Amino acid sequence: MTTLTSPQVRRPRDTARTRKKLRKIALNGTAVVVFVIAMFPVYWMVSTGFKTNDQIFTTEFIPFPTSFTFEHFDRVLDQGVAGNSIWLYLRNSAIVALGTVAVGAVFSLLAATAVSRFRFKGRTSFLITLLIVQMVPAEALLIPLFLSVKRLGLYDQLLGLIVVNVGLTLPFGIWMLRTFVAAVPKSLEEAAWIDGASRFTTFWKVLFPLVAPGLVATSIFSFITAWNELIFALVLMSDPSGYTMPVALQYFFGQRGTDWGAIMASSTLMTIPVVVFFLLVQRRMVSGLVAGAVKG
Amino acid sequence: MTDTSIARRGGGHASAPSGRPRRSHRPQKASGLNPKLIPYVLLIPGVLVMAALLLYPMIQAGIMSFQKVGIPQIRDVNPRPADWVGWENYTKIFENDIFWSALRNTLVFAFVTVSLTLIVGTGVGVLLQQLSKRMSTVLIVGIMFAWAVPPVAQGVIWRWLFDAEAGIVNWALNLLPDFLSTALFGRADWTGVPWLNEAYTVYIALIMTVVWASFPFIAVSVLAGLKSIPNELYEAARVDGSSPWRTFRTITFPLLKPVFAVLTILSIIWDFKVFSQLYVLLNGPTNREAFNLSMFSYAEAFRPPPKMGSGAAIAVILTIILLIVTAFYVRQMIKSEEVQ
Repeated sequence: MTTLTSPQVRRPRDTARTRKKLRKIALNGTAVVVFVIAMFPVYWMVSTGFKTNDQIFTTEFIPFPTSFTFEHFDRVLDQGVAGNSIWLYLRNSAIVALGTVAVGAVFSLLAATAVSRFRFKGRTSFLITLLIVQMVPAEALLIPLFLSVKRLGLYDQLLGLIVVNVGLTLPFGIWMLRTFVAAVPKSLEEAAWIDGASRFTTFWKVLFPLVAPGLVATSIFSFITAWNELIFALVLMSDPSGYTMPVALQYFFGQRGTDWGAIMASSTLMTIPVVVFFLLVQRRMVSGLVAGAVKG
Repeated sequence: MTDTSIARRGGGHASAPSGRPRRSHRPQKASGLNPKLIPYVLLIPGVLVMAALLLYPMIQAGIMSFQKVGIPQIRDVNPRPADWVGWENYTKIFENDIFWSALRNTLVFAFVTVSLTLIVGTGVGVLLQQLSKRMSTVLIVGIMFAWAVPPVAQGVIWRWLFDAEAGIVNWALNLLPDFLSTALFGRADWTGVPWLNEAYTVYIALIMTVVWASFPFIAVSVLAGLKSIPNELYEAARVDGSSPWRTFRTITFPLLKPVFAVLTILSIIWDFKVFSQLYVLLNGPTNREAFNLSMFSYAEAFRPPPKMGSGAAIAVILTIILLIVTAFYVRQMIKSEEVQ
């Protein structure tokens, strides 16, 4: 402000300041545009779920649901789709995702400890295998696993889906958790070791508490992967009572036009847990992904 | 040569200073297990799971791609053994027009989407670094929403945005002045234009969906990489009067090269395998011209009549393409790190 009162003297600095201000406006303006582009489709999903059909099926642009209604949410929760309330599908998805996480967390913690705390023969081959299996498309596994699951009598059972999802998420789980284990200074364990703690006590009392945040982040990543998984759920589940959310959503696209209010309400319900988890572990997940990848 | 470098890379970590003692001399404890065996014991569950659920099925898929596997072979009662047909599945696929259109769709889609995602993501990453702390936090949370939406829900949302009658895209295109719209697209009235009927326009929708959902990851990763570059380098560049573009080209990009290499590989792997979003936009495996290789493999194997051998063959082709692309980039990555 003071510079503005004495323009004659301070002209050069003045233009520099204006330029800085303009730059800031341009940056913030771009940020707002990016924010709107990223958020609008999500907002549109949620707001369509709260609109009445009159406001949904129109060529007008209705930015806010002025006819705010819970009818679609009520409908999918009461009557649901394919004969079951949407609760059942949410529950199935939760069972599959939590089952995957429970098994995967233990297995990946053991393997991650092995590769980042020990040097042993075959370690390199194991790490390379981890990399390669992550690239394999699900379609290559789909057909043989479908036949195996059928042979084992796990067809149409949530347990079959859990088993498959453990396999799908484990390589990345180990890969990501490995960096978290390696980040814990080894000297801490060695100190406990010298104080006479047993190997198990050292692991459980020293390493585990320090790796726990990384384990949570890795588990959430596995949870989201299993929660979102479509193709195996399509193939391994034929009875509607065993559908997970991604499969159940397909059944809204009927022959006689699509019930967009209901499908947007259901999609919103499916998205909420993932968004919550994402916001919880956002920072750690990125560091895990990138560090795991870059330092691979 | 290659092997040793991977071993070193696998062992290292950002927060672990180099030269950390690998083999610590622990006092020998009276636990029953030979310390040398411990890592192997720890690996048993993981290795078993991966062998049973990933490696064994991969081998099986390879074998099945040379077999005829249909209803007689997969029925529960009295299944017949699969017939060995040699290369027949592959020759049939190569004669099929749908395979070639699926291959083209997969490659073009991956190329366009990976490029767009990297460009947009890098731009937003640089933007995030320039913003004030508060603005950048708000923007990160905003783009995190796009990233967090499950792929099936992404497909649902964009199918709705591209809806012929009530879709926002057609509404927005109707806002264009008539002369401009006619000059650009040859039509002024967009109401009722069906985007999701033609393969070509389905892929426009799919590209927008996937770019929208995947640029946040690139942006946040690039931001993390940018933060790791020491500020002194930029100050030195500024003192030398370097232009912003030149600074990016000579400092930022070379230092972030490993990050970009990894992001490119990951994007290629992900975009080659896009299934859920396409499944929703296409309303299942309906429009054969719009198949990508994933969808084609799924449709061959699981649409009646099931041709599992043929589906496996397509999956094998997709896997081989992915491995070639990735091997190329992994080599690049190792090389670039050895140079530095």
